[in-house]
Amino acid sequence: MSLPTYEFDAVIIGAGGAGMRAALALAQSGYKTALVSKVFPTRSHTVSAQGGITCAVGNTHEDDWRWHMYDTVKGSDYIGDQASIEYMCKTGPECVYELEHMGLPFSRLDNGKIYQRPFGGQSKNFGGEQAARTCAAADRTGHALLHTLYQQNLQAKTHVFSEWYAIDLVKASDDSGFAGVMVMSIETGELAFMSARAIIFATGGAGRIFQSTTNAHINTGDGVGMIARAGLVLQDMEMWQFHPTGIAGAGCLVTEGCRGEGGYLINKDGERFMERYAPHAKDLASRDVVARAMALEMRAGNGFAPNGIDHVKLKLDHLGADIIKSRLPGIRELSMTFAGVDPIYEPIPVVPTCHYMMGGIPTNVHGQVITKDTNNQDKIVDGLYAAGECACVSVHGANRLGGNSLLDLVVFGRASGLHVQEQLNSYLPRKNASEADLEAAMSRHQRWMTDKNGEHVSDIRAEMQKIMQSDFGVFRTGEFMEEGVEKLKTLVERMKHATIDDHSKVFNTSLVEAMEAENLLVTAMATAVSALHRTESRGAHSREDFPKRDDENWLVHSTYQQENHVMGTREVNRAPKFIEPFEPKERVY
Amino acid sequence: MSDLTKKVHFKIYRYNPDVDQAPYMKDYHIDVPADRDIMLLNALFLIKNEDDGFGYRRSCAEGVCGSDGMNINGRNGLACITPLSSLKEPIVVRPLPGFPVIRDLVVDMDQFYKQYEKIKPYLQNSNPAPAQERLQSPKARLKLDGLYECILCACCSSSCPSFWWNPEKFIGPAGLLQAYRFLADSRDDHTEERLAELQDPFSVFRCRGIMNCVDVCPKGLNPTRAIGKIRSLLLQEAL
Repeated sequence: MSLPTYEFDAVIIGAGGAGMRAALALAQSGYKTALVSKVFPTRSHTVSAQGGITCAVGNTHEDDWRWHMYDTVKGSDYIGDQASIEYMCKTGPECVYELEHMGLPFSRLDNGKIYQRPFGGQSKNFGGEQAARTCAAADRTGHALLHTLYQQNLQAKTHVFSEWYAIDLVKASDDSGFAGVMVMSIETGELAFMSARAIIFATGGAGRIFQSTTNAHINTGDGVGMIARAGLVLQDMEMWQFHPTGIAGAGCLVTEGCRGEGGYLINKDGERFMERYAPHAKDLASRDVVARAMALEMRAGNGFAPNGIDHVKLKLDHLGADIIKSRLPGIRELSMTFAGVDPIYEPIPVVPTCHYMMGGIPTNVHGQVITKDTNNQDKIVDGLYAAGECACVSVHGANRLGGNSLLDLVVFGRASGLHVQEQLNSYLPRKNASEADLEAAMSRHQRWMTDKNGEHVSDIRAEMQKIMQSDFGVFRTGEFMEEGVEKLKTLVERMKHATIDDHSKVFNTSLVEAMEAENLLVTAMATAVSALHRTESRGAHSREDFPKRDDENWLVHSTYQQENHVMGTREVNRAPKFIEPFEPKERVY
Repeated sequence: MSDLTKKVHFKIYRYNPDVDQAPYMKDYHIDVPADRDIMLLNALFLIKNEDDGFGYRRSCAEGVCGSDGMNINGRNGLACITPLSSLKEPIVVRPLPGFPVIRDLVVDMDQFYKQYEKIKPYLQNSNPAPAQERLQSPKARLKLDGLYECILCACCSSSCPSFWWNPEKFIGPAGLLQAYRFLADSRDDHTEERLAELQDPFSVFRCRGIMNCVDVCPKGLNPTRAIGKIRSLLLQEAL
């Protein structure tokens, strides 16, 4: 077999915030590093993040990383790993200053420091008054962050494989782990084996398993799919965040920063209904709380279009044109384009919309991927790392706080890069792959390129999205989820025989979409089985048949393995290094 | 929402180097929802569902990632924020002009990215970074508005005749907008070096001020104004 082989010390898959921050950490190391991305780096989904990056730099009031940690643990509904959350909140300021030094054009306060705005679930002094902790570049923080990181990678001369698609991990022939990854140049259709001593997954989310999502089309769970097929464990896959404010009908995100700046939600009677659901935090309660309140309002007939695309509205007009134009210019643009509404004069129609995958590939604070050994004990997979949305380190637990995802990206992207460097210094041998290992890793590509006359992938994908939307949304019940799981199982069978018409090589987007759809289906299946398994309500996972949180049985991570859909549990880390752990309490906002 | 549909006529540029001798325009009559507007990108999905050999780039679908720049009824724009209702039939869609076509609506943007890289699009400051942030007044920060928002979609450079003629030598509107973004940043102290690298007759001075770039920018940015400011700085340097 004449398969081109590239030898690298480290390969990073995905060039969003996490992947590019990891690449930067490795750039100065002298180790040969490749950054592989299925899109040109600045097209990655980090670009769509709006409101900001949360950390306790204390520019508008006295602040403390411990307060940020308290909020994050509470926000996670107590299944976030406290050692990870501590690391993120404590390292956060350093990482944000680094971004500023790199040139990120943060908005500024009058004294020249980085502007910070209030976001949901933020408090001073362990649950006290509302804090303003989210550092922002207007409402385009993700764009500013992603472009800054790309620019830094240009300066560092990172070796970028732009528009290359990662197909699957390649097993090591001695069964000791992974030898590298099978990749395809989208432009030419050529396959290649990237041999690597370390691999970092930074493949992002998979919101496209739902019909309505704020996520880009490229968010297809490619990392999740590769990990599942490699026989490794996934964690907390039932935990999906529904962002309260997606534009009704279109799905585009409207930042929580709108409410941070003083906007609020109203029902058809003009009532500021969040006052009833969260008397203290109101519209700045945690996202899961606000999304549920909105769903209940609409269920009670208080939405604006009960017979159409029902929605409530986000009122901003009282903020005045100046604030909207200076702090929320991107929102105004999106709202005018996708809702036909100028928020300076009229409220924006919004609905809870799938936004973020809290679960993913379990890792420790260094980003090292964790799986289970035959005795069901945690086992580190040498040389394999994950960071960002695809990882479950787990700083978000059952519900992520706004502004914590960009922080997660840079903190753990950097941590992974640094740890890979350390490990490359001490050991991490290059592993060999046999012909059979290589063939296994290209098998799904080969199948799509040869099979003919089957069912179209797009039909299966559409059915999957419909099932996920109706049976695994904001509210879930066992009965519907059981049906949903069965339906997904039939889709998995159908997918095995689905085909594409186009078998040409050059920039074959149908082929890429087919391989992406396989990953989406793996992610959907993991989500569905995990959601059915967790018989309680916690964070974003709300079951009508089990409406209470059940700490006795479920203060744990759930784990999922693809083969036979085996569920299990992992302990939540409650051993931070520098302070006492936060004990679970009733979660009130 | 009802299932009412109407037929819309598209003419789409097609070329697959694996199978086609030459590019051609292909007609599609596609059913689109009749009771609501959709974006051109949504219509392209519908076309792809019928004809899976059709290729184009897309990612965020909300006008911030810059993937789906294309030529729509003769004008460059992003498919994802172009409402179908704003377009006359037949809707003619071609790849961005001036770039080599890889396949269908997918163009080779290497030359465009190279020009961007040429202006050293990263903050340069010779002083060691402080322990906290570098300070910048709101007024100084305001100078970056209208510059940093560029999404590198290439709608501007691909509508610029000067860029068509001299893609290797003229930086083009997108690259120059970013050149000015760093010149304007109070935290960057490499102004002289940056200007020195732009002084040749092509990099900046090939701009003829016809403002096609301003006309098509989907983010409402104004590269011509930025180029004017670079020219003034170059002139000041020369005096």
